[in-house]
This record gives sequence, C-alpha cells and structure tokens, in this order.
Amino acid sequence: MTDTLQPETSPVTRTLPRGHITADVLKDAGITFVIALLLFGSIVGLRTDTVNGVLVLIPQFGKALALATAVAVGRLLLDVFIWRRMTDGRTFASLIPSALPVLKVAGAVGVTFGLALYSIPGFRASLVAGAGSGHPALGAITDLITFACESTFLVIAAMSIVRAARLVIGQTPDEAVGQGILRRFTADFGREFPIALLLIALALPMLTAGPSQRYAIDTATQILIYVMLGWGLNIVVGLAGLLDLGYVAFYAVGAYTYALISTQFGWSFWVCLPLAGFFAALWGITLGFPVLRLRGDYLAIVTMAFGEIIRIVLLNWQSLTGGPNGINRIPKLTFFGLPFERTGDGTFASVFGLKFDPLHRMVFLYYVILALALLTNFITLRLRRLPIGRAWEALREDEIACRSVGINTVTTKLTAFAIGAMFGGFAGSFFAARQGFISPESFTFMESALVLAIVVLGGLGSQLGVVIAAVILIGSAERFRDLEDFRMLIFGLSMVLVMIWRPRGLMSGRTPSAFLNARKNISGSFVKEGRG
Amino acid sequence: MADGVSDATRDDLLRVENLTMRFGGLVAVDKLSFTARRGDITAIIGPNGAGKTTFFNCITGFYKPTEGRIALAHGSEAAFEALPAATFRGKQWTKANGACAVFLLERMPGFEIARLARVARTFQNIRLFAGMTLLENLLVAQHTVLNAASGYTIGGLLGLASFKRAEAAAIDKAAYWLREIGLVDRADDPAGDLPYGAQRRLEIARAMCTDPVLLCLDEPAAGLNPRESHELNALLLKIREEHALSILLIEHDMGVVMQISDRIAVLDYGKKIAEGTPDEIRADPRVIAAYLGVPDDEVEDVGAEVGL
Repeated sequence: MTDTLQPETSPVTRTLPRGHITADVLKDAGITFVIALLLFGSIVGLRTDTVNGVLVLIPQFGKALALATAVAVGRLLLDVFIWRRMTDGRTFASLIPSALPVLKVAGAVGVTFGLALYSIPGFRASLVAGAGSGHPALGAITDLITFACESTFLVIAAMSIVRAARLVIGQTPDEAVGQGILRRFTADFGREFPIALLLIALALPMLTAGPSQRYAIDTATQILIYVMLGWGLNIVVGLAGLLDLGYVAFYAVGAYTYALISTQFGWSFWVCLPLAGFFAALWGITLGFPVLRLRGDYLAIVTMAFGEIIRIVLLNWQSLTGGPNGINRIPKLTFFGLPFERTGDGTFASVFGLKFDPLHRMVFLYYVILALALLTNFITLRLRRLPIGRAWEALREDEIACRSVGINTVTTKLTAFAIGAMFGGFAGSFFAARQGFISPESFTFMESALVLAIVVLGGLGSQLGVVIAAVILIGSAERFRDLEDFRMLIFGLSMVLVMIWRPRGLMSGRTPSAFLNARKNISGSFVKEGRG
Repeated sequence: MADGVSDATRDDLLRVENLTMRFGGLVAVDKLSFTARRGDITAIIGPNGAGKTTFFNCITGFYKPTEGRIALAHGSEAAFEALPAATFRGKQWTKANGACAVFLLERMPGFEIARLARVARTFQNIRLFAGMTLLENLLVAQHTVLNAASGYTIGGLLGLASFKRAEAAAIDKAAYWLREIGLVDRADDPAGDLPYGAQRRLEIARAMCTDPVLLCLDEPAAGLNPRESHELNALLLKIREEHALSILLIEHDMGVVMQISDRIAVLDYGKKIAEGTPDEIRADPRVIAAYLGVPDDEVEDVGAEVGL
C-alpha cells in the first residue's frame, strides 16, 4: 500500500538542495527545539509533589532542556540522513529493502549473542554490572539490549523446534516441498510464531533461573491476566464491533464474587470460578439491554458510565463490600485442596515431600491463569467458526444487512456482551485469589482504557495481536518501572507511532472463518471497525 | 413470457391493503393496495421519491407502517382464509390447512420476516459484509439453519457430527450459488474487493441463501452496464424458474423492467396510479404523465400528443 502513497517527508526537506547541513536544516531544528522546549517545559519541567502534606512545585528544567535537545538533534539527523534521501520520490518504507541485508546480519549477530547470554550463566549479569559501573544509564541500556537479544534467541529457538518437529512428522510448507533442507526449514518461518509463543509460555518457569525467576513469573502472570482480559474484550469490540469502555466492571464483578463468596461461605476457588463467570455474564446482559439501540460514541459513553457505576457502588456499599477498605484475607488458591503453607500437615510441600518454597504457589498461579487464558482463546476461536461468531462479525460489518438475512441482532449483541463479560469475570476471580486483597481502587477507568488499548494496539479481532500488545504494554510498564513518569510518555509516544504506521493495530486483517479453495487472510482495509 | 408455472396456479402470494406510511407530515405511502402473484416477477416503478423504497421497507419490516395490512401466504392463496381470524386475534402469523400459513408482515420484526415469512431483500446501496469472504457472506445468510444445527452454539462448541454435516451442506449450497452468479473463483476473497456489478450479484445470491419465498430487489440494475444488466435479466429469470420463487422488483432501468416483469405497478406520490402487464403500462397516459411531470388535468392532452 505504501508504494502508491506520497513520500511522507517534512515540508522543509522538499525544498532542500542535496548537500551538507544548510541554513534551512538548522532553522528547522531550531524551530523543533523551541516547540519541544515549550511542550517539555510545561509537562516535564514543572513537577508538583507533596512534601510534609504541602503541595510544592519542583522545577526540573534540566531534564526538559535535555529532552528538547534530544528531539532537535534527532530531527537534524533525520533531515540530513533520512528525509534528504527521500526527496527523489522514495518513501521511508522503500528504504527498508535496501537495509535488509544489514538487518539480517544484525539479527543473526543478536540471536548468536542471545544464545551466548542464555547459555553462559552469569554472563548477562556481569555485562550489565560492568556497564553499570561506568554509568547507570549505560547499565540500563545494556540490560535492555541483552534482554532483547536473549528473548529473540528464545523465540527463534522455539520456532526452530516447532519447524523441526513439523518437518519430522512430514508437514512441509507447500511452497518448499521437494526443495533443500535449508529452504524447507526457513520457508514461511513466521507462521510458527504462535506455537512457539505457546511453547515458551508453557516452559517459562523452567526457562528462568536464579534471582530473576520470581520476578519473571510474577510479571508473566500479570501479563496473562491482561491477555485474558484482552481476549474477552476482543469478543465485544473486535468481533461484534461494540465499543465497550466499561469492561473493568465485569472484572470487578468477578473479583468481588469470589472475594465475597469465599470469605463468607468458604467455598473453594474452583466452585466460585463458574459463579463469577455467571454473575459477570448476567451483568453483561444487564448492561447490554439498555445500550442495544446505542451506537458508536454514545455506546462508548454509556458503557464507560456503567463501569464507573459499578466502581462507585462497590465504594459506597460499605456493609457488603467494605467500601474503600476493600476485602482482605481472601482465601488463597490451593493445589486441589493442598494449601501452599510453610508449616502444618497436608500442605503441598509436605505431601509431595518437597522443601517449602514460595515459588511453588507462584508457578501454580501462573499455570492456572495460563490455562484460563488458553481456555478463553480456545472457546473464542471455536465460536468464531460457529454461526454465532459469524453473526457477531456480520453485525460489525453491517447491522441492517444482518436483519435482512434473519439474524436476531438483539440476542446476537447480548451474547457478545455476556460471553465477553464472562471471561472478564473469570479473570477477576483469579485476580482476587492471587492478590488476597481487593478494593475498588483496582477497578478504575484506567484499567478499562488499558485493556481497550491492548485490543486496539494488537489489531481489532486478532488473538495473536492481543498477546503481543499485552506483552509490550504490560511487560514494558513493568520493565521501565524505574523511569517513573517518563514511562507514560514512552507509552503515549509508542501508541502514536503505532497509530501512524499501523493504524489498524500490529496484527491487522482477519482470517476467514471458512474457506472453499484456500484460506487467504483479508486485508485490514476491508474490515470494518463497527459503529456499535 | 416463458412460464415455468402455468397461469392457473398463479394465485395471490402477497396482499397489501390500505398501506399508509407517514413521516411526520409527509405521507410517503398513501392508502396503497397491491397484490403480487405467486411465481410472478412484479415490478414497482415510479419517479424518484414516489415511495417505492418506503413500500419495500414496510414489507421487509425495516419500517412499521402507520396503517394497513401486509399479508403473505405460504403454500397457496387458500391460506388467506385464515387472515381475518389472525388479524382479529392479534397474531403475527398462523398456520392454515395443510402446509399453508399466512403471515402479517406489518406485525413482525424485520429479522422474523426474513427467518419465518421467508422474504429476502437486497439494498439500493449495496450492503454486503465487506470484510468477510464471499463464502462467509453466504454462510451468514444461512444463519437460521446453521444456528439451529449447532444446537444454538452449545452443540457446535462440543463439535457434534450433525453440525459438521449441516455446515458442509451449507458450504455446498453457498458454492452452488457462487457458481450460479459466476464468482466461484473468488469465493475466498473479501466481498468489499469485488467490482460493483459482482457485488450486486453477490447480494442476490446472499438473499437466495436464506431460502426465500419472495425476493425483493431494490434497484438491482442500478450502476450496471448494458451487458451486466442483460446477464442480470437471465439470472433472475433462471432463479425464478428453478427455485419456485416470486420476485418483487424496484427498477428504473426500463430495459430490465419491460423484458422480465409479468406485471408492473406504478407509484407516484405514494399512490398507485396504474397496474398491469408491461404492454398496458407502456401505453398508459397517466404513467407517461407521471414520468414527464404533467399536472393531472393535462394528462389527456399528453396522451393525445404521444399518440394514444
């Protein structure tokens, strides 16, 4: 598509003659510097904080100046090295093929480096420590680069294993049948990515070791909760095209269902889980009824209000929910009746003759949420190929045409709300069981926005897209915790970049639910987003 | 006209009585009474804004008419005998003797008209599921059958063999219609990627996949070139012959209307001004006057001028 578009050059560069740095370029960089300084000066340069209960203003103009300088220099470099070269009609995208060999070599070096990092114990830690002793920022960058290399190596290794297994059982990709072993190995390599991800997810507790293991498993559990929420919301927003800004309400209903029933009646998690799903689905239908006739922006506003209503009811119904104090001492998950306790008889550790380790519980929690998320994915993929799933997608494409072929749009919308809400409820009760404490603070509008951001960033309707987006958004939020406020700046910036380059999300397009001759993916430009 | 069904069996299929549709002060359809016969291709013509599409929207349940009754008979016109009782008792539809049934369309919601009364329609501004493949478009149209076969989703989730058989049959049926409209090679392409004429044909195939008794086509030849509208004529005649179907047709292209219609009704300002065979309509001075925009009292003069 980009081939036919006009080059996306800045207005300045079109008039620039070829050559070195000119006055125009300097002027452009100067203007950029002023604009950046104005923006960062107000956003970053002035910071409010409470000191001893008093609100004080902390100026940090140094930071703002550094950021503005970085932006101006970046603009200067782009002007001189990138945009200048595109004045002859070439687009930025057209530069990528010429850079492919370089990228391939860089990738290969990175993966080899990752192999070394992964297989030599302590190598990465010493590298990071070494760089960090020079300068803290250098340490952070080394940490990030080595982490990226290691993860890429793991993904490529998993993909290779999947492909090798395929070749062994005789599933050669069609285009490489009868060709050399290398060609058969690399043809259409990208399609092994989802299964490789699954393999890595299954083996994650085994893949990590040492002090970072707890952190890795905890982060992965956190990511999986959001993957599950994203998959649940994907049914409502991605498939049925109903924009829902109050999804966190169902998450809250699920969490409070488990918290209340388990603390009041002592019922186990596995009994409460279906109940939580049921109640969340019930609320999904309750929300669905009044908004049946609303579309687009109006639907978004009402669902958002619904999310807030649930939160405010939880906040104010002191006698039932404990109000702002929330509910604590929620029973933790047990291993089919065996608690993860340090002491006592009949604990998980004593029955299996293991030494007590808090890690056991974390790993179990990780596998529970992995199983729940995979169940969500399995059911969603299955539903997509059933008449109900096709009706959802048809509803997103054209509601009036749906009625003309005899589809009851009321029940179709309500089932989408109910099933999406049910998965949110499941995730909620897991959240409550994991935290042991819940309060209305966990169910703010920000959570709804975050889950919606995951679905939109991943690409509406794409299951794999949700996983990638959740890993990027939740994973990076965890990873860059040290950066504090700049984290949100990076978050916003990356969203803007994605919306410029991939306006339909990372994984745009859809896979048809049935095919006659061959399954061909449909370009995202044909697929509608739905107007409620 | 080459008739697949003999004239004797051409009983009434659709009876519209005193249909009125008001939008505030505007009377779009005014006390319209109209009959369509089983097996006929009945065309509805008239100048722009005559109320043709409003009339269609009333029949297919997209509008609730202000007044009037729209009755559709399945089986034979004997079903209309049950109509007074059904009207009186406030029923949406009722079974008559044998396999006959009568439906009061003005009382039914739109999706029930498509599902139970089996009236299918196409749209003036094509409404396909653009992001879904041609095959998927035709599978969505078989939703009623497939959804029941999937045990309202539960059986389908469990992967029942009966659902798999029903789905295979649905795909066969879709493939049959794709061959009929000459688009089987593009079965796995998105519907939004088709050229305009092909989209029109796909919309007809989608309507046919709902197994209709009555097919309502809203300007199917609009935007088609002469060759394409000739092919459309052939397609409509063929599906009428092969599928025991009646067709209601709004069209401006007189080439299509005069060639394939058995009967024509003419609307102007929401009123029916003429009804008859294509030859009768062609000769009717009121029709000519309506199209040329002549006041009522000068109709006779116009008739004389055009040699009637």
